[in-house]
Amino acid sequence: MPIQVLMPALSPTMEKGNLAKWLKKEGETIKSGDVIAEIETDKATMEVEATDEGTLGKILIPEGTADVAVNTPIATILADGESAADLAKVSAAPAPKAAEAPAAEAKGDAKAEAPQPAAKAPAAPVNEALPDPEIPAGTEMVTQTIREALRDAMAEEMRRDGDVFIMGEEVAEYQGAYKVTQGLLQEFGARRVIDTPITEHGFAGVGVGAAMAGLKPIVEFMTWNFAMQAIDQIINSAAKTLYMSGGQMGCSIVFRGPNGAAARVAAQHSQDYAAWYSQIPGLKVIAPYSAADYKGLLKAAIRDPNPVVFLENEMLYGHTGEVPKLPDFVVPIGKARIARAGKDVTIVSWAMGMSYALKAADELAKEGIEAEVIDLRTIRPMDTETVINSVKKTGRAVTVEEGWQQSGVGSEVAARIMEHAFDYLDAPVARVSGKDVPMPYAANLEKLALPSVAEVVAAAKAVSYR
Amino acid sequence: MAAPKKSVAKESGQEKAGSPPEFTREQELKALRDMLLIRRFEEKAGQLYGMGAIGGFCHLYIGQEAVVVGMQMALKQGDEVITGYRDHGHMLACDMEARGVMAELTGRRGGYSRGKGGSMHMFSKEKHFYGGHGIVGAQVSLGTGLAFANRYRGNDNVSVTYFGDGAANQGQVYESFNMAELWKLPVIYVIENNRYAMGTAVSRASAQQDFSKRGVSFNIPGKQVDGMDVRAVKAAADEATAWCRGGNGPIILEMQTYRYRGHSMSDPAKYRTREEVEKVRHDQDPIEQVRNRLLASGVSEQDLKAIDAEVREIVNEAADFAQHDPEPDASELYTDIYR
Ligand SMILES: Cc1ncc(C[n+]2csc(CCOP(=O)(O)OP(=O)(O)O)c2C)c(N)n1
Ligand SMILES: [Mg+2]
Repeated sequence: MPIQVLMPALSPTMEKGNLAKWLKKEGETIKSGDVIAEIETDKATMEVEATDEGTLGKILIPEGTADVAVNTPIATILADGESAADLAKVSAAPAPKAAEAPAAEAKGDAKAEAPQPAAKAPAAPVNEALPDPEIPAGTEMVTQTIREALRDAMAEEMRRDGDVFIMGEEVAEYQGAYKVTQGLLQEFGARRVIDTPITEHGFAGVGVGAAMAGLKPIVEFMTWNFAMQAIDQIINSAAKTLYMSGGQMGCSIVFRGPNGAAARVAAQHSQDYAAWYSQIPGLKVIAPYSAADYKGLLKAAIRDPNPVVFLENEMLYGHTGEVPKLPDFVVPIGKARIARAGKDVTIVSWAMGMSYALKAADELAKEGIEAEVIDLRTIRPMDTETVINSVKKTGRAVTVEEGWQQSGVGSEVAARIMEHAFDYLDAPVARVSGKDVPMPYAANLEKLALPSVAEVVAAAKAVSYR
Repeated sequence: MAAPKKSVAKESGQEKAGSPPEFTREQELKALRDMLLIRRFEEKAGQLYGMGAIGGFCHLYIGQEAVVVGMQMALKQGDEVITGYRDHGHMLACDMEARGVMAELTGRRGGYSRGKGGSMHMFSKEKHFYGGHGIVGAQVSLGTGLAFANRYRGNDNVSVTYFGDGAANQGQVYESFNMAELWKLPVIYVIENNRYAMGTAVSRASAQQDFSKRGVSFNIPGKQVDGMDVRAVKAAADEATAWCRGGNGPIILEMQTYRYRGHSMSDPAKYRTREEVEKVRHDQDPIEQVRNRLLASGVSEQDLKAIDAEVREIVNEAADFAQHDPEPDASELYTDIYR
């Protein structure tokens, strides 16, 4: 039986890819380990190696085809002694029709023609936002991924201020483990875009020391999980020095990188640190959701004279959103945003939690409940006023976060509501959060460990006595 | 404490191995089989990842097989093994079952961690395999602690603590080195120098690129070993275990090896050329070396094919099990948090 070569998954988050190039022709012999094709993912161009030996029988997906779902048969390999006639034996789905247009333009139509729909996951949602008050009416908007918005924020600040530099693991030559620093080495050179060894505690301390001397480092952690190696320097050195020196010596430094749950990477690589850092006086903690906020708040963080913990989300890097095209778009730190207006119940969230909150608000609207969704954006200092004003109007509140419940950010929000709007509350505040367990690896358990839209809907209804 | 024996390695650091002692035919056959099992297992894991049956991060050990197989040949019952996230080969070498490892990779209830740990976090108390750790460098202190326990109990087991060239730059490695030498702990630090840490070549991250010298300021002896030649690994492991069991404290073995695949499944590996990979594969492949020696010594192609067939069967059975075993029961979400 001829062997089918399937479209491989080349990263934890990949659902489809573009078949960029065939490096073998039909009829060519193939040895195990030969590179047979090149595939473009959202992160990189990857080579596909043959794992079987034989002859390339038939190419099922021509080069240039965009958005080929993972596991779609892309070619067949004939074993020794098999001939083209054996190809008929392949019981697979009929060879899918390739989109005519070249890869870059094919995106829209290719979807309709895609051979087999990708797993179950829907296309990455586009983050939508109410017009932000900071953006003048009529401003042109550009559609960008969050990855690009972050890169642009850093590049703009590095152009503006020669004291800003970035360092971290794989930030320069590799262009970032998650490709967030793409192009920075090329533009700013190795003096300002610095690859470090795997020594988080050491380079975080080097960053803080450089900041004490007046430079403005951006320290990238490949993920925040690895910053636990460095947390002493972040808290004991960066956050406390201004105070301990009686105001003489502070540090302007940004610690940034992906935070929170990623996909199927299990307990040591999937954790939300928002609550941890939000406890520390002297630190500012930012956790945006929309592309515009990612850009505007990172620029604000780099300019801020204090140490800032900037929490990103790997799952959001590829999401697109509208970013205002302004010469200098800076979003103020410490201001929440009303992402959706409503009168019946207040849902408070931030970062990835917003995706559950907004979807839940859609669901609730179908049942006649108008939820007001507040995106905190900054965790510390927290914009209590915006939350309280909303709760005074709705009388009910739900918090949503992927992190754990005990001593979580939602608990802090609930306490503030209790302190400042107790008399306005018609029900106790409900907290939706990640389950009280380390993140499991198994797909089914991982799903259960995270909050769900259904849980947010149920909580909103419960506080509404519906 | 017994006076330190100077038998093994020069205290000043590296000592280049000459031609390693020959293996008996039996040893060659065992080495071949064990290395093949790892290679075929990893190839299959790569395929299953491509099909979406394995998620998250998956770091393959292809190319480095001689290191764990040679080390394991020198160990005795009760010796502990601990490593990072590139751990499938270590588990198979520790005689953990292929099906249990594969089922963990697919997140099923028959996996070694019952589906809760995945590729990077697997353990077997029974086989003295202490993980499977996702945080680069963390296992070095833990492995030192395993050696501490051996010393505390007064047994003569050793802790074999594996880590990469990249991990060798973490601070806790040196904190551990100091304690290990200070307290004469029986730990073999096996630095698997595969020339890259993710996309960073050793020369771009390490001021001292001779890893066997990394213990010099703590007086820990070290040795550079051809990690592509299973006989050289076994010979170094024999010396190192004798050194540790003799109460002389820790020792460092720098294994010079190479990973053929990307760092993980999502690494486009643009930091090295295809020719570089091809050259190592062609000139130094650990499995081909043994295979060629066996053929030269008169073992038939047929016999070698039979070994390959046996190994493939184990791997296919494991893959089959790993794809059909059910996911963990939902109630498992809240188990194993406390006991
Ligand atoms: C503390 C920490 N920092 C960063 C990472 C991300 N990371 C995982 S593997 C790796 C490279 C390690 O290279 P090396 O030690 O040489 O081992 P190899 O992968 O080559 O086996 C990095 C940076 C991590 N898991 N933990
Ligand atoms: Mg390495």
